[in-house]
Amino acid sequence: MSGERLLTIKNLSVTFGGLHALKDLNFHVDEGEIVSVIGPNGAGKTTFFNMISGMVTPTAGDIIFRGESLLGLDPNQVTARGIARTFQNVRLFANMTILENVMVAQHCRTKQGLWGSLFNTASFKKEEEEIREWGEHVLGFFGSRLIGYRLEQPASVLSYANRRRLEIARSMATKPTVILLDEPVAGMNPKETEELTGLIGKLRSEWGFTIVMIEHDMKVVRDVSDRVVVLDHGETIAQGSYEEVSTNPEVIEAYLGRPAEEAS
Amino acid sequence: MSATMEPTSDLLGARGPLDQDWRKVINYGLLTALVLMFISLANMPVGLDSRKIIEPLLSMGYISLLWVPAALGYAVTSEKVLEGMVAHKKGARELVAGLIVGLIGGGGLGLLIVLIDNFDLRDPLVNWSPQLLALLTFDEGIGYGVGFWLMAGAALGLFGGAAHVVSATVRKVVAAAILWILAFSVFETVISDISEGIQLEWLADELYYVRGGLSQQGAVGVAVVGILFALFGREHVREAKQSFQSLEGEKRTRANAIMLGSCVVATIVLPMVLGRITNELLANVGLFVLLALGLNIVVGLAGILDLGYVAFFAVGGYTTAILTSSNRGESWPDWMPHTHWFVALIVVVVFAALSGLFIGAPVIRMRGDYLAIVTLGFGEIIRLLFLSDWLGGFTGGAQGVTNIPGVDLGFVEVKGTDPRAIFYLVAVFCAFAIYVSWRLEKSRIGRAWMAIREDESVAEAMGINTVNAKLLAFVVGAVLAAFSGAIFAAKVGSVFPTSFIILVSIVILVVVIVGGMGNIYGVIAGAAVLIGVLGGPKQPGLLAEFSEFKLLIYGALLIWMMLKRPEGLVPNVRRSRELHQEEFLQDAWLKGHVDTDDQDELGDEGGVAPA
Amino acid sequence: MTTAMRHKAAQKTGVDQFLTFLRVVLSFFIITGLVMFVLQQINPDNPIAARINPDATGLTADQFEGLVISGLSQGAMYGLIALGYSMVYGVLGFINFAHGEVFMVGAMTGMIVSNKLDEAGAWESNFLLSLLFIIVVAIVCSTATAVIMERVAYRPLRGAPRLIPLITSIGVSFLIQNISVVLLGPGAKSYPTLPDWLADKRSILFFEIEGTKIMVLVVAAISMAGLWFLVERTKTGKAMRAVAEDKEIASLMGIDVNKTIVTTFAVGGAMAGVAGILWGILFRSVIHTTGFLPGIKAFSAAVVGGIGNLGGAMAGGLSLGSAESLAPLMVLEPWGIGGVSQLKDAVAFLVLIFVLLVRPTGLFGERLSSEDRA
Repeated sequence: MSGERLLTIKNLSVTFGGLHALKDLNFHVDEGEIVSVIGPNGAGKTTFFNMISGMVTPTAGDIIFRGESLLGLDPNQVTARGIARTFQNVRLFANMTILENVMVAQHCRTKQGLWGSLFNTASFKKEEEEIREWGEHVLGFFGSRLIGYRLEQPASVLSYANRRRLEIARSMATKPTVILLDEPVAGMNPKETEELTGLIGKLRSEWGFTIVMIEHDMKVVRDVSDRVVVLDHGETIAQGSYEEVSTNPEVIEAYLGRPAEEAS
Repeated sequence: MSATMEPTSDLLGARGPLDQDWRKVINYGLLTALVLMFISLANMPVGLDSRKIIEPLLSMGYISLLWVPAALGYAVTSEKVLEGMVAHKKGARELVAGLIVGLIGGGGLGLLIVLIDNFDLRDPLVNWSPQLLALLTFDEGIGYGVGFWLMAGAALGLFGGAAHVVSATVRKVVAAAILWILAFSVFETVISDISEGIQLEWLADELYYVRGGLSQQGAVGVAVVGILFALFGREHVREAKQSFQSLEGEKRTRANAIMLGSCVVATIVLPMVLGRITNELLANVGLFVLLALGLNIVVGLAGILDLGYVAFFAVGGYTTAILTSSNRGESWPDWMPHTHWFVALIVVVVFAALSGLFIGAPVIRMRGDYLAIVTLGFGEIIRLLFLSDWLGGFTGGAQGVTNIPGVDLGFVEVKGTDPRAIFYLVAVFCAFAIYVSWRLEKSRIGRAWMAIREDESVAEAMGINTVNAKLLAFVVGAVLAAFSGAIFAAKVGSVFPTSFIILVSIVILVVVIVGGMGNIYGVIAGAAVLIGVLGGPKQPGLLAEFSEFKLLIYGALLIWMMLKRPEGLVPNVRRSRELHQEEFLQDAWLKGHVDTDDQDELGDEGGVAPA
Repeated sequence: MTTAMRHKAAQKTGVDQFLTFLRVVLSFFIITGLVMFVLQQINPDNPIAARINPDATGLTADQFEGLVISGLSQGAMYGLIALGYSMVYGVLGFINFAHGEVFMVGAMTGMIVSNKLDEAGAWESNFLLSLLFIIVVAIVCSTATAVIMERVAYRPLRGAPRLIPLITSIGVSFLIQNISVVLLGPGAKSYPTLPDWLADKRSILFFEIEGTKIMVLVVAAISMAGLWFLVERTKTGKAMRAVAEDKEIASLMGIDVNKTIVTTFAVGGAMAGVAGILWGILFRSVIHTTGFLPGIKAFSAAVVGGIGNLGGAMAGGLSLGSAESLAPLMVLEPWGIGGVSQLKDAVAFLVLIFVLLVRPTGLFGERLSSEDRA
């Protein structure tokens, strides 16, 4: 089901004060894929996301999205090109309402400026209406959880799981091609996890998004991913289907440590 | 939630009169003494003595001392009663604590009297004077003075403590009487002006003594009206407010329109009945409202702390001055025309926007605190440039630019000698600024600003070009400030570098913060209260006697607000959520607004009962 | 094509282009000014330089020397104040805007006490001891101001959004200035005359330096050495560095964070107190606004040196002081700008802006706090 090559990452490295957070990383995503990035804590997964979304500048290598290099672009320009993301430690605009959270995320897809806002022009009204509709549309993806009376409530009153959902909705609202999900089910209970796993599948099948996901929950990884990439110490140590990766001795070693008899 | 709850039967019993937190009581007492001594040595009693509250009984000078023991006597035993906590019944303990605090405070003043009488510290402390001694002892000798202040302190402390003990009605009555008397006294100029304007001179004559201050019968009258209002009128006001808030849809829109209409009518009619001085005051307030509305967009909406805001005020003022004045610097070429004010205004907009971009661009990527200091630097650089000999040929250096004509509207010339016309001009621009703030706040741009204020890096990652959005806020604020500068130039008729010192930036910041960052009404209220009553950096307010102390009060107010009520007097809902995140969440939880994870699974645990 | 090159080639916004433009223009302005200055020094009738500013007189060696020395002595003072900014920034991560007022309190205290000493005759007869005494009193008062400030205004705001303590500190600054106005009066007040032997010029190495400036430099050096010893060699200093690194971890390690923060304020206050006396010796006049500009300039010095870096603060102070004293004549005048001495303060701010544009971490790099490193 893979289509055209969307995102290619070549020999990507980044160092923080002499420390290699990522080393010579190669990676690619095809249209319509769901790729999981796994690896032990500190393996550089979030740095990897930060680099794609333009929040961290790599020291070497290249990131090519649809034939265009993303290097040197600001995060907002990356988002405008169609890569949206969520954050590991849910970072919503807590004091804005739920609807506003998804409305503000459409900033780079809309264009009304000073003139329209001041004179309440017809095109301004039309655009506001569209922003609102699209916002409610993406919120509707999570059933009744985030709509109805919730629309006007501040995001800070949401439960933990709903905040994660809202964050996903917010990334959907930017009308992206690729969504980077940073531990989407972290902190959710098994039932919620199962539900969200289904929804991640739907993100591709119904909405046509391509998904790159960092996840620790192996069940989720197994259920949704087409391909799994394993990072350790900033390097790719394995790539392939879940089955291939999960039986790879290097991966097991990275997670569990070296078996005692081999350690010398 | 508050300590004003009616005593009910489920309170714990009153604690004994000696069951005190002695350390706290002594500390508060010493604080009272210290504050009283400071106020005395700051010259407040002497400096404010000429302002009478009730002639001849009470002057602002004594008020500046009297409130301290009462307020601290009240504060020493006030405690925050949180939801679910049980409060003690109030009784003798509160009275004793208040009494002791007041007594120690009064003792402090007594000590000061004795010290002034025996030592001469006039060298560093300029107000260590016989006048102070005379005022504190009522010219009746040291013993009388010390005795009086001990007793007065104790009595006032007791009064403060008693506020905890008496019933809510009594408290309401006393508070109303005091507040109404103070308000009528502070607003004396305005009230007598209005009553003159609507042909009710007799009322003002009854209320006020000839040379200022309420007359005794006036004070009694005001107090009675205040008490009656507190007891019977306030309920109606509250009901009306509630029914207004509960209106929906069409009706709400219509009610809003009526409110807006009446505001507009009031703005138009009020200056007509007011005299020169009051109109002058209104015009000053208006200029600061305009400035504050601009800064509110920058600080309140976009969250950028711009301390060099005065630079744009200066740009507006100087641009207008140079373009319209017949006496501008001699270095300008002859062909440069002397334009009409409105033509100048167009140039002002362009220049303000350009200077906003020019100052904004280098600082906009900096972190908030660096940005604050660097903008402050820019504000100072611009003033120094206007002042310098280098550009003196263009800007007039220290002599400034004079002979700025008013705004010629054809049928009337709006200039400083006609404050009413100036006020109308300012009001038009304020209306424009209010409209701009209101439209922007609920637009795509306003949402972007909000997001940036909340979390800049996430806003950036969600596709907002934060640099552009922040620059836009900077520029809009700059243009509004420059409007204010343009009107200022036409009003005063001259501009000098000293009109644009950093102090102006700080005062505007205080106005915005005291009023309530991000709230249009708050900003207007803040400007009216601070600039109107205390006065601007150079402009006198209603309490002209306070000019010596207003900056001191501004500083103290800024700290107080940040510590106790950072959201301001009239808060912006969102801002106050930001500043009180935890309390807000606790509140929402108590009301059952916080949702829980998957309620069907958690079953009955899920639904938290509203408190 | 390397990553760095690609990075440059990537699409940039108008703001970035404008910033690059500003950097280039400012650098050009400074370098050309300096070059023209040098040309003028070599040959006063140099055709290029004379075309731009025919009135330029250049500097004699004596004038130059004088400017350097007064720049350095003022710079030393800025450096001492800058230490307080830097230390508080290191520990609490916010700019204590009111730190300039702590300096003013020091200068005011010195004024009051030295005048009292003068009345009693001790100032004339026993100058050095009097000086020591006013330094001690100024240190005590400034330290007390700084500590009270922390306790009353900043401690309750720990953990508040970043701008809140900054705004509070503006209020504190405003309040202290105006307390000084209402208590001590609004006029400028002067220090008693310094003894003649102090004002005389002395030659040290190749320089002819006024005694006052030697004294200022010596006092500043001693204070700096004391501070360095405290921070690098004592347990208190270690605690301060630990708290600056990470407050939570430090408290887990058994460090009393509150006490350490108070110490930081106290030490910064003491340095500002010393600087206040130096101000009194250099300028002999003090007014309630004395703290404002030096305060801002000292902050600039801290930024120039790399905020959070103590050696950097001192170096930043010295460079800013020299720049402020030399740049008007060496950069601005060759450009034909008249009345340059009025623009001294503007130069200080321009240095700040230039440094932030070109090298935001300051000359000596920034010791990043954990938050910035994220």
